[in-house]
Amino acid sequence: MTNTEPVIEIAGLDTRFGSHVIHENINLTIYKGEILALVGGSGSGKTTLLRQMLGLTRPARGSVRVLGAERYDGSHEQQRKLRIRSGVLFQQGALFSALTVFDNVALPLREMRTLCEETIRELVMLKLGMVGVEPQHARKMPAELSGGMIKRVALARALAQDPELLFLDEPTAGLDPALSEAFVDLIRSLREELALTVIMVTHDLDTLVALADRVAVLADRHIVALGPIPEIIICDHPFIQAFFGGVRGQNALRALQRS
Amino acid sequence: MSPDSSISNNTWHRLVTTEAGDPLLQLTGSFTLVSFSRSLPAITKQLAELAGQPGLHWDLTTLYQLDYAGAAVLWRAWGRQRPVHLLLRPEQERMFRRLEKSAPLPQKPGRIWFLPISLLGEQFLRLLDHLAGMIALAGQVVLDGLYLLGHPHRIPFREISASLYRTGAQALGITAVVGFLIGIVLSYLTSEQLHLFGADIYIVNILGMSVIRELGPMLAAILVAGRSGSAMTAQLGVMRVTEELDALTVMGIPHSMRLVLPKIIGLGIALPLIVLWTSAVALLGGLVAAELQIGLSIHYALTVLPDTVPIANLWLGLGKGMVCGMTIALIACHFGLRIKPNTESLGAGTTSSVVTSITAVILIDAIFAVAFSHIGIRVVG
Repeated sequence: MTNTEPVIEIAGLDTRFGSHVIHENINLTIYKGEILALVGGSGSGKTTLLRQMLGLTRPARGSVRVLGAERYDGSHEQQRKLRIRSGVLFQQGALFSALTVFDNVALPLREMRTLCEETIRELVMLKLGMVGVEPQHARKMPAELSGGMIKRVALARALAQDPELLFLDEPTAGLDPALSEAFVDLIRSLREELALTVIMVTHDLDTLVALADRVAVLADRHIVALGPIPEIIICDHPFIQAFFGGVRGQNALRALQRS
Repeated sequence: MSPDSSISNNTWHRLVTTEAGDPLLQLTGSFTLVSFSRSLPAITKQLAELAGQPGLHWDLTTLYQLDYAGAAVLWRAWGRQRPVHLLLRPEQERMFRRLEKSAPLPQKPGRIWFLPISLLGEQFLRLLDHLAGMIALAGQVVLDGLYLLGHPHRIPFREISASLYRTGAQALGITAVVGFLIGIVLSYLTSEQLHLFGADIYIVNILGMSVIRELGPMLAAILVAGRSGSAMTAQLGVMRVTEELDALTVMGIPHSMRLVLPKIIGLGIALPLIVLWTSAVALLGGLVAAELQIGLSIHYALTVLPDTVPIANLWLGLGKGMVCGMTIALIACHFGLRIKPNTESLGAGTTSSVVTSITAVILIDAIFAVAFSHIGIRVVG
């Protein structure tokens, strides 16, 4: 944690789908410059919580404040600025399949209607270079790209508007170990370079250990633990014990101790 | 973003003189994407003018915020190179180093001069390709049908009945409404004209003949082509996008038998029934209108109908319905299976499917009209 300035404040949040309660009285504050990971079992509502921070799913009760503004009650203009200041990497990339790689990254910039086309070209090629996409791939369609490449292009698109906040939904899911390690390194270096605050949802223990400053564990409709990994693992909640106590968890934790 | 950090026209720079007497331009405020407003063209112009001044010193350390968008605007103003005298903070230094290293966008492959010809050729080849594909699919379905005749326990009854329900039962409402209205329109238009000649009772001939032989089958087929054809194409297309088609293949379940054949049989049964229904409702609409308009009794009209319209016309209409139904399903499935896993292809495929099947329906109608021109038409005299 490098700063105590709150970037996202969630207070008293409830989520219900019909009669099914997902979250009950969730309180969570995310500070500027940190990487916070949301973990939890399948169906514990990690992705739902992420979507609520993004303004995609309105909670049944409670407030979500992002960068000091209400996510769900602000003016239209305020919402637009909020969206410009946050970038999202979706799990499957969510690249627009009808557009080339270049146009995918250029789209959010063109949509601003302030920059001229040459500046946009400059910026897009810069962002593609930043995430390690070779210039010859710029004219390709998303269908021609491999999974790792799609994630990189999607990350370039998420970074197109120089956001302060980066949301990652399962950033390394579906990548082979070498690729996920490269992707983790990429996110870490970009975070330092661009002074990003990163909120990620992940299942991958190695990613979690390598990136997260703090971890929020969602289970039984609440955040059952919140803090750096060494503080989390001493908690005796059954989910945490199962999550970190298994062979994979132990291996990942050993790696943490070594580093 | 606080209001004082956004760029207005004058406040973003300060021109001072250094101790050595050189002109020094200090940029102030924020140079970020969020702070740029529509005044950006003016700023770009001013920047370009300033960049043209030789010996001008640039100081970016006084900036409150700089992001890559701001850096790119400056970079372009400087003509993609650093000015000779430039003061940067370390993180700004890193940004401009990235800009220096960034590769240009590769050129688009050049256009060829015979583009119209090659486009036309491509279109023609694509048409042939579609025709061949459709014939192959139809052949596969026939083979599957023969196989199922030998193995009746494998006939996909459940899928056929689902297809019947979706394309038939659920289409009854819309076809009834359209049929009834067309019947009324037709009756209003012709009854007035016939009344002029005192030939009121011939309204039964005109309505019966046109609705049962032509309008009923055509209306039903075109409505179903738009309604069920598009649904079938989209369904198969989404199954391609979500890899459900591949999942079926690896389970050893052929698409043609489980997905295409039930649709073709289902629509082949459903459309003649819809034709019957549409014709009946259209006839009813026409007769109701005739009763209101010229006082022709519906009871009388129904009594003379069998004598004025030979039964062959009904069979012709139903036959057309069956052929059209199977063709619509075949075309819809063909385009559905050809959809590539992206959103644009899904939209284009559905459009082509509907356009092609409506064209095919009208083509079939024309073929029927020529082939059966001597059947079911009574020449008086």
